[in-house]
Amino acid sequence: MNGAIEAPTIEYGQLMPMLLVFGAAVVGVLIEALAPRYLRKAIHVPVTLLSLAGAFALIILQAVRDGVPEQASAMGAIAVDGPALFIWGVILVLAFISMLLINDDDQFVAQAAAVPGSPEEEDAVAQGGAHTEVYPLALFAIGGMLLFSSANDLLIMFVALEVMSLPLYLLCGLARRRRLLSQEASVKYFLLGAFSSGFFLYGMALVYGFAGTVDLGGISSALASVGGQDSLLYIGVALLGVGLFFKIGAAPFQAWKPDVYQGAPTPITALMASGTLVAAFGAVLRVFWVALGNLDWDWRPVMWAVAILTMVVGAILAITQTDIKRMLAYSSIAHAGFLLIGVIATGDAEQNSGSLSGILFYLLTYGITTVGAFAVVTMVRDAGGEAGHLSRWAGLGKRSPLLAGIFAFFLLAFAGIPLTSGFFGKYAVFAPAVSGGALGLVVVGVISSAVAAFFYVRVIVLMFFSEPAADGPTVALPSVGTAAVVTIAAAATVVLGVFPQPVLDLADQAASALFIR
Amino acid sequence: MEPVEIIQHSGGVIGVAWLMIALPLLGAAILLLGGRRTDRWGHLLGVVMSLASFAVAVLAFVELLGMSGDQRRREIELFQFIPGMVDMGLLIDPLSIAFALLITGVGSLIHIYSIGYMSHDPGRRRFFSYLNLFVAAMLLLVLADNYVGLYIGWEGVGLASYLLIGFWQHKPSAATAAQKAFIVNRVGDFGLAIGVFLIWTTFGSVAYGPVFQVAGQAEQGVLTAIGLLLLLGACGKSAQLPLQSWLLDAMEGPTPVSALIHAATMVTAGVYLVVRSGAAFFPVGSTAALVVTVVGVATLLAGAIIGTAKDDIKKGLAGSTMSQIGYMMLGAGLGPVGYVFAIGHLITHGFFKANLFLGAGSIMHAMNDEVDMRKYGGLRKLLPVTFVTFFIGYLAIIGFPLLSGYFTKDGIIETAMHHSPVLGWLAVLGAGITGFYMSRMVFMTFFGQKRWAEDAHPHESPAVMTVPLIILSIGSIFLGGYLVLGNTLANWLAPAVGGPEEPIEFHFVTTPGIATLVLVAIGAAFAWMKYGRAEVPVVAPRGSFVTTFARRDLYGDAINESLLMRPGQWLTRLAVFFDNRGVDGVVNGIAAGIGGTSGRLRRIQTGFARSYALSILFGAAVVAGALLLVGNI
Amino acid sequence: MELYLPILVLAVLAGGFAVFSVAIAPFTGPKRWNRAKLDAYECGIDPTPQPVGGGRFPLKYMITAMLFIVFDIEIIFLYPWAVAFDQLGVFGLVEMVLFIATVLVAYAYVWRRKGLDWD
Repeated sequence: MNGAIEAPTIEYGQLMPMLLVFGAAVVGVLIEALAPRYLRKAIHVPVTLLSLAGAFALIILQAVRDGVPEQASAMGAIAVDGPALFIWGVILVLAFISMLLINDDDQFVAQAAAVPGSPEEEDAVAQGGAHTEVYPLALFAIGGMLLFSSANDLLIMFVALEVMSLPLYLLCGLARRRRLLSQEASVKYFLLGAFSSGFFLYGMALVYGFAGTVDLGGISSALASVGGQDSLLYIGVALLGVGLFFKIGAAPFQAWKPDVYQGAPTPITALMASGTLVAAFGAVLRVFWVALGNLDWDWRPVMWAVAILTMVVGAILAITQTDIKRMLAYSSIAHAGFLLIGVIATGDAEQNSGSLSGILFYLLTYGITTVGAFAVVTMVRDAGGEAGHLSRWAGLGKRSPLLAGIFAFFLLAFAGIPLTSGFFGKYAVFAPAVSGGALGLVVVGVISSAVAAFFYVRVIVLMFFSEPAADGPTVALPSVGTAAVVTIAAAATVVLGVFPQPVLDLADQAASALFIR
Repeated sequence: MEPVEIIQHSGGVIGVAWLMIALPLLGAAILLLGGRRTDRWGHLLGVVMSLASFAVAVLAFVELLGMSGDQRRREIELFQFIPGMVDMGLLIDPLSIAFALLITGVGSLIHIYSIGYMSHDPGRRRFFSYLNLFVAAMLLLVLADNYVGLYIGWEGVGLASYLLIGFWQHKPSAATAAQKAFIVNRVGDFGLAIGVFLIWTTFGSVAYGPVFQVAGQAEQGVLTAIGLLLLLGACGKSAQLPLQSWLLDAMEGPTPVSALIHAATMVTAGVYLVVRSGAAFFPVGSTAALVVTVVGVATLLAGAIIGTAKDDIKKGLAGSTMSQIGYMMLGAGLGPVGYVFAIGHLITHGFFKANLFLGAGSIMHAMNDEVDMRKYGGLRKLLPVTFVTFFIGYLAIIGFPLLSGYFTKDGIIETAMHHSPVLGWLAVLGAGITGFYMSRMVFMTFFGQKRWAEDAHPHESPAVMTVPLIILSIGSIFLGGYLVLGNTLANWLAPAVGGPEEPIEFHFVTTPGIATLVLVAIGAAFAWMKYGRAEVPVVAPRGSFVTTFARRDLYGDAINESLLMRPGQWLTRLAVFFDNRGVDGVVNGIAAGIGGTSGRLRRIQTGFARSYALSILFGAAVVAGALLLVGNI
Repeated sequence: MELYLPILVLAVLAGGFAVFSVAIAPFTGPKRWNRAKLDAYECGIDPTPQPVGGGRFPLKYMITAMLFIVFDIEIIFLYPWAVAFDQLGVFGLVEMVLFIATVLVAYAYVWRRKGLDWD
């Protein structure tokens, strides 16, 4: 009872990028509290963007000046290792460009609490403006992503999961147009997210029951020393997996993705589709390889099945989609499946860094292309807001060849056509997987890619070889931010597709440091 | 006497021999890329580039002359083409420089001639760009020091030939002829390509030097296979049996093209290939060499027979070209002595056949592009220069004593006789037929009564066209004697292709020689009786089945059609059918299956959060169950 | 399995206690009925009579309840800190100040956005 409690140590320097983002989020809340309505956005934008850029700079500084830490930080709760630094960088880059998209006017609701179609809503619309809480909420979510991908402790990981998810649930419901769809998406995402968090928590408890610790390294050494067949441990691992699979949208836990991606405001969809996926894969890698690496013989077959199912479901269901955002959601599911191949192949000792670096590279390329694609989606509008239905996109190539060309390019990158970043992304994941013995998975992956190529190309055909509808959508003149996002994404897709070596090297370097336990 | 060692070379004119290829290539590029802007002076640029290339060839030739015999094979390294496989370089030796002189010399004359011939054609610039492209490619073919370079040139001349045959592509016949030439050549090129592959796998190199050095060590069967494959290529390019059918149709191209490409230079590429590879792959007495001689004799007879029945002056000359190249092929299969006469005949033929073709072009120019000899007649007074030069060419080709053709053709016949009397006497027979059909051509064109179309107003061609004719006819008179007498050509070529042990003595009076002359005289007299003295009907008479046989090109097209084209079409139809019903069925079936699956799976996505939650619960149960199952095994 | 045996035992005991408590109450307790006692426990709202269509009740209840939880949890952190204050020393003080400041920001937001006003 009277055992001395030692004050914990916290490596503030290593955690500074994350703390900066959280700090900016808190400042954002303060701005919401104190600044007058008309000034809020003007203050939020620089605070948000500067904090993200600053955090990115701090990561560079950390990597260049101090090198990659070799010990977990904050009493072993957070691991700022090579992969974590790379993933942080990727998340911050994606968050930054998503934030440029979020800045765009006319995306968020004026008064979220007003019932759609009610007089209150009309008043709010008449008053103008939109919820500026979007900024601190997004920052909290981004901070959660950073923590989620670097948590070295199941408890911290759970906290991070919630910190990341709760603001996103809220943000999903803030679409300015088609509000009922948006609110439905929000509620669904919340309900299912809470449900799956429950699984995660329960799994955590069961694993704790086995290992006596929630520390990932501790679990690993417990598995190494006991190595027993414990049914409750297996159930715990399965439930942990379910919680994580839900976040990455792996089948059969993918059902929320199309509904939520479709309903959420498109900039938020972009943030979720890129940043959340990256963070979740960081966590998946950490849980399955740092904590449960010694159990890989047991969970690997299940992961195989999940990966195959995910790729197949994503690719096949995308074919019959008629809404562009839903199609991209299924595409995201298929890509999660491809990434799972990498996760499975990461295991073998000699393959470890090759496959890991492939995942890191893939996450970057896929994330950037995704944000770019959703940015294009925000620009194609008709009277009711974004023109989501695919038939509305017919003949877009004739009306706006540049935009349609860029979108076609993004789609080709998703399909993994050479000279786009997607090609090298897939290559970087598939090649180590083949030499790592996951040939069967790669075959399924390639076949799914072929099926997926069909619906990507179908959109291209629709855009360029169909007659435009008479009252077709207009292409909105992009704001500076949106234009910048599209430009950055297109440029990155080209550069990483033609000259990927520097970034591949960087990913290799990050992966060579491996995970610290 | 064996060929001498190849020596690395740098500096001098030979060091910049690549200019020979680069200059016409540059000309072609400027004319093609420059577009209409170069219309006014494009033809002049083409001529200048060709002449400049000729000048380089002459200078390189002079430099080579200044070296002693065993120094005359110079190799220039240019660049690494395919790392570890092909180092591109040029081989300047007596054989290649002889070809280079022929190509650039005759080529320049024909460029000059074309200024006049094409003066009214709107596509003149394009024509000259193709001509320049042809010269560049042909020079690459003969100058390259390896088979890959040769192959590139080979395809390049094929391309130029295709473009030029189809130059008037608005005429369906020209377009078809161009395609025919291209497709038939594809067969030969395929053989050549496989031959080169085989050389690479067998010897690990494609450069002449290393390959020839170790060629003797390879298995006989492989050597024969390589030889036959190369011969297949040669047959395609040189219009030898069985790939001869394209040459007659190739006359759809402008006449200077027929003269340059389809008489003087490109069609001799096959002879070059055989002679160049001779020591390695066609040694005397080998199967491959025997096949070469058989192909040569068969073609020389076939070409001559076709020549007897053609009323189209250019097709008549085309048949003649086939026949003469047959002679060269025959010579090329007969070892070092044969090489000398084959190359000699190639050079003299280049002159007199170009002379004849350009003469034919001049006649057509005078007769409103009429090619039917039955509508000529009595032209000698009206076209004096054309007549005299054409007549010299005629005398040269039939082997009139002391003219060019006499020396080289008789040389081939005698060498053949020496090897095998059967081949020799068949070659003599061919010479007799040559005497007949060439006389027929001359008599129908220049003698007898006028049978012109009503609006024909024959006139002599301008100097720009007649001067090349005069120069070529001078070559047709003297070149043969110069090359053969005193062993000039034999000594010159010896370092490159090896020479006979003893100097060749040319005998003026030999049994085959006299027999040849007698047969030629009989043929000419027969022609005079039928076409000179007697009246020539304007409409061709039906003739016997032999005439029909010859008129139909010995049924070459019919054979191709029934043996290859129809079965090919059936096969295509079958494949299309199979593709539509079988392959497409499977593909579409899979696609429909996936689409259907997608549509059915889509129904799972109900939109109710409760059913999603259920699917998560279900998934969790399955995952947990599976893990338990796997873990407890 | 042995590891979890105590949990099982605890679960049985807890369940047993609950069942026992509910079961024993009618026999041992005094029975003085009134209207409030017969109502279901609903945080002060009348569960009956049910308004038409399921009814709506003011969102303010919800907001107040949630704010209560936020500030209530703050206390959970403060208690152990207070107990171990001397051992955690300056570190503990700094961290706790940061924590309270963060909660204070949230409080400011609620206050400024009139979350505490009932009307």
